[in-house]
Amino acid sequence: MAYFILKRLVQSIFVMLAVAFLAFSLFRFVGDPVSQMTGVETSVQDQEQLREELGLNDPFLVQFYRFTADMVQGDFGFSYRTRQPVSEMIASRIPATLELGLVALMISLIVGIPAGVYTALRPRGIATQAILMTTLVGVSIPTFVIGIVLIFLFGVQLGWLPTFGRSGTVDLGGWSTSFLTLDGWRSLILPAVTLGVYQLTLTMRLVRAEMMEVMRSDFIRFAIARGIPFRSLYYRHALANTMVPVITIIGLQFGGVIAFSIVTESVFQWPGMGLLFLESIRFVDIPVMGVYLVVIAFFFVLVNMLVDMLYLLIDPRLRVKEAV
Amino acid sequence: MLTRLLKSDGVYYFLRSPAAIVAAIVAVLIIGGAFLAPWIATSNPYDLASFSLMNGLLPPIWEGGDPRFPLGTDDQGRDMVSSILYGARLSLLIGIMAMAIATVLGVGLGLAAGYYGGRFDAIVMRIADVQLALPAILTALLIDGISRGLLPAAMQEDLRVAVLTLAIALSLWVNFARTARASVFVERNKDYVQAAMIMGQHPLRVMLRHILPNIMGPLLVIMTVDLASAILLEATLSFLGIGLPADSPSLGTLIRIGMQFLLSGEWWILWVPTIFLVCLVVSINVLGDFLRDVFNPRLR
Repeated sequence: MAYFILKRLVQSIFVMLAVAFLAFSLFRFVGDPVSQMTGVETSVQDQEQLREELGLNDPFLVQFYRFTADMVQGDFGFSYRTRQPVSEMIASRIPATLELGLVALMISLIVGIPAGVYTALRPRGIATQAILMTTLVGVSIPTFVIGIVLIFLFGVQLGWLPTFGRSGTVDLGGWSTSFLTLDGWRSLILPAVTLGVYQLTLTMRLVRAEMMEVMRSDFIRFAIARGIPFRSLYYRHALANTMVPVITIIGLQFGGVIAFSIVTESVFQWPGMGLLFLESIRFVDIPVMGVYLVVIAFFFVLVNMLVDMLYLLIDPRLRVKEAV
Repeated sequence: MLTRLLKSDGVYYFLRSPAAIVAAIVAVLIIGGAFLAPWIATSNPYDLASFSLMNGLLPPIWEGGDPRFPLGTDDQGRDMVSSILYGARLSLLIGIMAMAIATVLGVGLGLAAGYYGGRFDAIVMRIADVQLALPAILTALLIDGISRGLLPAAMQEDLRVAVLTLAIALSLWVNFARTARASVFVERNKDYVQAAMIMGQHPLRVMLRHILPNIMGPLLVIMTVDLASAILLEATLSFLGIGLPADSPSLGTLIRIGMQFLLSGEWWILWVPTIFLVCLVVSINVLGDFLRDVFNPRLR
């Protein structure tokens, strides 16, 4: 167990180093930081001095080491566009994205798992066919179109919900949360549903596939032969064995939620990290792009490690294998 | 040849699948219309002469518009039908090119990785793993962002379509590489490949002439699904204002422009291109699903 966790930690450090290297290469080779910081009237001598001060003349590895060491200490440099420290910019945006992603993930699981189980148990039913057809259309509709449709229906036509921005936030020691006020929830609903709908179809399809696989397996056939009541059979024996893939979904969907939050945040002008990333691409604000990558990769690594540890807790077979 | 095609499994199942038939008709209509845009569109949206504020904001004909503009006009007085045909043309061009590049790159690397194995295989697959962890849209955004930093400003506009196509292709190649590699592992040990190798044929010939035709089925499915993904990616990036500029209207750009009219009464400027995009992608995905079923008899 300890060995396994240690192994995962080492792997994670390598992944983070690779991403840090990518971010560093962005800084170093895409655009010239000195020309970004200075105006046209800066003399060549001054530019050269700045170059020396910033350490841009040092050997490559020294620069990379310094870059990584700064990152670890939370020093992410300054934005080319706003001249603010990037760490502050990112920190102020993280709560908005994580809360949006969390609610979207919840929607996807709470609706997707039962729907997947249902369609797996009644593969030939009319409702199943209808649900499957809907999900095929759901996968094909781009996230931004779902967002536009929701804005049009609930914002413009019905006028029930706000269509852009994040309001009603409460500051909890540096973390601004939408969860504590009605206004916060009202502005959260549309973006979260937009983000959740696409993930939901994926959840449903994966749960359905797993559940059908389990239902075909021998132990279920034996259980049927033994006359175990179907209710217990479905929900205790079969569903318990689909829990591992469900955890996998949570891990996989985290990536999707983060990526598509860029689109959702743009449609709803939701002030999260995705919107910041888009702005930084538009203005070629390399420091912000680099730090966004590193922060996202960090969350990826963290979630994947947690998922792996959950496997160990849930599936006893894995523990045995690790011991051997 | 024709009779062989008509008697094949694919056609047999196609004629018994209403969803696939409808999807094929829709796809053929849209793709045909886009292909023929310069000949069937009544005006060219790239042409400044087609701007006419006199004809601006006309509704579709069933809402009392002008018969010259069946689906109405936008605020510049451009015919919506023509804009959509040209927009779909650009979207499809980028999508098909990106899919083709991703196929050649992915299948090539996958075949080579599976055939030679060893260190080359390890490197390709590690890159694929890392990229697979990042969703395609993030990869495409990143490549686009990097290109903005690397290319001089003067070339930016001219190379927009090429950069966008490449960004999409580079975010989609992984699926092809993994499928091709896995198929090679299966095929490599079969007698017919062994025989070809013993006969001293060139590895390239073994891969392209013997292995590739036998793994076409799954690749065809991925090509269809990825064409839909590529079109979606292009539309999304253009919608976000990262992809194409507003003066080269792809479907995504048209929807982006239409968003300005979300709150006003001119619904057609937003919804006509949106519905068009969704129809195109849904029909391609339905066909992809159909192909998957045909090539995977176990599911039938």
